Amino acid sequence: MKRKSLIYSLFMKGGVILILFLIQFILPTYHHSSFSKIMILASYAIAYNFLLGYTGLMSLGHAMFFASGMYTMGLSILYLGFTPLEGLIFGTILTLTISIVFGLFALRTSGVSFLIVTLMFGQTLYLAILYYNEFTFGQDGFSITTYLGTLVIFGKEHLYSNPTIRYNFALIMLAVYLIITTIIILSPIGRILIAIRENEARTQLLGYNVFSYKLFALTFSGTLAGISGAMHALLFSYIGTTFAEIHHSISPLLWTLLGGAGTVIGPLLGTGVMYYLIDFISGITSNYLLVVGIILVLTIIWFPLGIMGTLRQRWIKWLP
Amino acid sequence: MMSKKKDENVDQQSELNLTRRSVLGASAAIAGAGIIGSQLIDPVAKTAYAAGSDEPIRIGFQAHRTGIGALYGRWYERTTNAAAKYINSIGGIAGRPIEIITEDDGTDPKRGADVVEKLATKHNVDFVYGTLFSHVVMGSAPRAGELKIPYFVVSEGYHVASGALNRYVFQPCITDVRSQITAVSNWIFGNLGKNVALIYPDYAFGYDHRDYASAAAAKSGAKITAKIAIPPTASSFTRYFVKIPKNTDVIYHVMVGPGVLTFVREMGEHYGTRHPKLFGFIDSLEGVNINSPGLEFLDGSHFWEAMPRYADGYATSGSNFYRDKVGVDNTGASKSDSKDVSAYSHMFGCWETLFAIKEAVEQSGYKSKKDYKTLIETFEGFAGFNEGIAHPQGSKVFSGKTHQCYGQQFVSQVKNGKFNVVHRTSIADGMYEPETDYTKKSL
Repeated sequence: MKRKSLIYSLFMKGGVILILFLIQFILPTYHHSSFSKIMILASYAIAYNFLLGYTGLMSLGHAMFFASGMYTMGLSILYLGFTPLEGLIFGTILTLTISIVFGLFALRTSGVSFLIVTLMFGQTLYLAILYYNEFTFGQDGFSITTYLGTLVIFGKEHLYSNPTIRYNFALIMLAVYLIITTIIILSPIGRILIAIRENEARTQLLGYNVFSYKLFALTFSGTLAGISGAMHALLFSYIGTTFAEIHHSISPLLWTLLGGAGTVIGPLLGTGVMYYLIDFISGITSNYLLVVGIILVLTIIWFPLGIMGTLRQRWIKWLP
Repeated sequence: MMSKKKDENVDQQSELNLTRRSVLGASAAIAGAGIIGSQLIDPVAKTAYAAGSDEPIRIGFQAHRTGIGALYGRWYERTTNAAAKYINSIGGIAGRPIEIITEDDGTDPKRGADVVEKLATKHNVDFVYGTLFSHVVMGSAPRAGELKIPYFVVSEGYHVASGALNRYVFQPCITDVRSQITAVSNWIFGNLGKNVALIYPDYAFGYDHRDYASAAAAKSGAKITAKIAIPPTASSFTRYFVKIPKNTDVIYHVMVGPGVLTFVREMGEHYGTRHPKLFGFIDSLEGVNINSPGLEFLDGSHFWEAMPRYADGYATSGSNFYRDKVGVDNTGASKSDSKDVSAYSHMFGCWETLFAIKEAVEQSGYKSKKDYKTLIETFEGFAGFNEGIAHPQGSKVFSGKTHQCYGQQFVSQVKNGKFNVVHRTSIADGMYEPETDYTKKSL
């Protein structure tokens, strides 16, 4: 079963990645750019889903990780003269550290308490960015466009904002996230995480160190979220507190729930559907958030496990 | 070039009409910094329609229809539509009709960048325009630069003149916070007192006030007795008032958002009848009726206004014409709903910016996107704009280096339930040394 799941899963993800690779050649300019953004945000949602969907830990502070990676990337380029690669590595290490430290505190709680602690940590970073505004540029944020330089590929220089570069960087990142999370989920570690999600007490009774596994899940999820933030800064140039606000913690939760928590493709689908729903409906009415909210409620009624989750439950059992 | 030609719609010049001599005089203070360009503009008077076509000039309006900027956004949109309607009635831009395509950015920088993208690549607009909130400008401007599309903001932020953005971003028709503070600070220190406590919101807009008011005080020999930052989430303010030293002559306050009524009421309760003089920025009360319950404490206090809300504060024919066209009555409220108070000290920037775009298109011979370079260079050559129908707030001096304008400011006193203008600054009062030169940046 495991082998069959892995094969189906890899075929499916390979197919999705192949389709995303091929459609870049026919997408109109606007949608080409939108897809780039969706893929970056979907990577963030995949990171979130790893914690919520597979470990059962709901966080309202994931913007903290995203913003940590983003600000580390931006500020290190701005003040320390780092290259984008150095900024990315630095951002990854820092977010990894923050995730571990955060996990050591936050995982002493569970359920609603965990939710509140994540929210408070997230708000702490947000307010710290505002407080140290002379260093972080506060609410206005800043752009790193002029500091990025160019990317040399086969001896030819490209800007990071080049649509092709942006699209394919986002695609590579999405592909790596999909593959890594699939491998982990189908590994023994993934099975234990799912066991914790299903029945934490029983898993502990079986002798597993639940705290360590949860810390691993949180650290892995937080680090991936931080890398997403760093890549967002690199490809879209703007760094601001809007990415540290609570809304940016709620967004991956919504994307994941809509697409299907505990499914690997769900976050990508949820992110894409939400992005285009807002984009389309905002062109029709100013009350687009109300309309989107109603659509989400109806979707959750019809697809209680999210779109992919419900498809898996009712029809496509092999969906990972 | 300042045309002598007038048509029936052309404004009779006000008392502060910007003549070539006065512009040169006002500019003398910064002439060494090279602010002055080559042309002064009076677009309504010199519109030429000969070479027009039916193909519209498409202007993408990045609107704050929702989010924290919704109040401003509503009035920015009304003003934009009124200006577009009027411009079309007088022949459009270079004989081409103007078409406004509006997209809501939710007053969110994330969405702002997407909106710029959508306007530029999906709606295929010629220019993007109309952004107010500074963090949305900061989030959107890099994308405009990458897409290489001219981006005209109406924001007040110092971000354009600071050099933080790119060559495609202009703020041609609304002064920035630094200029506003520079212009009125001497009046505050000279007329209200030299010991000043600053109360400002704990984010970027507030920090501009903190920094530039402090700098102006240091220059004028005044003393800042306290700098009190109030978090945007605060709902109770009394604990901040106890931090104000007793020797304070003036409380300089800039509060934005729904907390302003509570802020004023609690300040009144804290001080009673014996209190320092008050000087505020109208940003606190944009969209708010000054006769609202709880604002009685403000009676006798002074406010900065960019454009007087009450018609008698600056009753030039240009400003009267503009007021009528955007549907605002003599008290600053909507003609159709007296409870719907306008954002009068900001929204004129939309009207004026559309006329500035019109002038740039007509002067540069802009036909399509391939002419962006010429258009931008033409714009950078502008020296300013004459007061009139196109620029009802007053004349402007424009700096091609900083892509930012300078203009006159007003100080009004709250008396008898209305704002009464007591002082008007000169353009030169608000000028400062430029800190960047966008003309040296690549296109």
